Parts: sequence; structure tokens; C-alpha cells
Amino acid sequence: MNMKWDNHGMKTPLARARGLGASHAAVPGWIRLRVTAIGTAVLSLWFLWFLSQTIGTSHAEFTAKLADPRNAICMLLLIIAAFTHAVLGNREIVEDYIHNEFFKLSKLVGMYLFFFALATACIFSILKIAL
Amino acid sequence: MSQSAPTKTQRPLSPHLQVYKPQMTSVLSILHRMTGVGLTVGLMLFAWWLVAAAIGPGAYAVFMNFAGSPVGMLLLFGFTLAFFYHLANGIRHLFWDSGLLFKIENAYAAGYFVLFVTVLLTFVTWEYVLFSHPFGEYYFGETP
Repeated sequence: MNMKWDNHGMKTPLARARGLGASHAAVPGWIRLRVTAIGTAVLSLWFLWFLSQTIGTSHAEFTAKLADPRNAICMLLLIIAAFTHAVLGNREIVEDYIHNEFFKLSKLVGMYLFFFALATACIFSILKIAL
Repeated sequence: MSQSAPTKTQRPLSPHLQVYKPQMTSVLSILHRMTGVGLTVGLMLFAWWLVAAAIGPGAYAVFMNFAGSPVGMLLLFGFTLAFFYHLANGIRHLFWDSGLLFKIENAYAAGYFVLFVTVLLTFVTWEYVLFSHPFGEYYFGETP
């Protein structure tokens, strides 16, 4: 079998090392994981405040607070950041620990579909309450 | 004499995880991934909460009753613990990503600080939750 690192040619050591990690293409995912981490961290401080304001209130009071555009926008941003972060983080774990290509792909595809559906349900719910 | 299926040769294996003493750095790293997966499961509760609120007061009451039940409170407590741990240790990771706290004593000190902050914030949150009647009419049967 011809391994990637056998092909020296004109390639620099960096070019030979690229793409050999568990996911074969990690840099964009690595950056996105950090960006969504910062986003989720900041927005979850808002979320704690929002919970302290709403938990224990009636359904009418809760939906009224969530319908405030400032809260609805923060909640939407939190969902986008947190779900992206969750998918990327779980993807990293799957790529590190599941080595069978078929299981790995089925796990990743199932995960993407499931979380995309879950995030869509959350976003639609907020829009329904807020609009 | 016919040969049956070839048996696998028993070769010595290199030592794996079990021979290493658990260290602050490795244990916290594994905990970071475990809490991450736990928080992902918690996102399903989060989604249930929002969808129930969008459906209406009845569905919302069903969720709130579950959240106020012993099982629900246990799940939420675990979620809080995992959340604060993942938040604090995630910030520790961001320091590492910027090239800071790499000296072993700094990594350890930050690790102890993360554990301290996790316990403190979880305690403060649940102190607030339990003494402000969070589930209101759902948990106590009537508005306190």
C-alpha cells in the first residue's frame, strides 16, 4: 500500500503531514469548535439570567418573556451555537474512538440528522412563541 | 492430522491505560468529554422544554411536572454540574489553546480551580433554585 508519507517528491514536511489526523480534515472544525465554545459560554450567562427570571412562572408569563425580541434573539443564537458545538464535539469523540469506517459514518450521519432535527424543532418553537 | 482454524498467536501487548496512575490532567480531560456527551443528552430535555412551551400550557405543565419530579430534579442537577464543569474546564482549554498554563503546576492549579468553581457555582445555583420555589405551582401544587 502506498502511504501518504511515502510520496516525498517536492512536498514539504507540512504537506506530507496534512490530513493524517483522525478526521483527515480537522482545522476548520477545530476553529469552529472554539468559536462556538466562546459563543455558547457567553450566551449561557444570559441563559442563566433568563432562567432566573422565568422559571416557576406560568406558561403565559414564560412565553411573554421569551417573546421579547432581545430574549428570543439570544435564545436563537444560543441554540445555533450550542447545537453546533455539541455536534462538533461529539464528532471529535466519534472520530477518535470509532475506527470502523462504516460504524463511524453511520454514527456521524445519524448524529447530524438527529441534531439538525432537534435544533430545527427548537428554532421553530421560539419563532412560534415570539412571532 | 488436519489443521483446524489457525489460532491467533498470543503476542505481548504494549501496556495500555490501566497501567497509568490517574492524573489530574488526564482525569479532567476525560471528564470534559464525558460531561460534553452528558450535556448533549441534556439538549434533548432543553428541546422538550421549548417545544412544550410552543405547543401550549398543557404540554408545558407536563414538562414542568417532570422537571419538578425527583427524577427530573436529579437529571437537572446532573446537567447543572456537567454544565459548570464543562464551562470552567472549557475556559481552561481556551487558555491552553492560547499557549498559556502549560507548566505542570499551573495546569494542576487551574484544574483544582475548575473543580472548586464547578462545586461552588452548582451549589449557588441550586441554593437559588431550591429557595426560590422554581417550579412554582407545578412543583408545590399552588403558587407559593
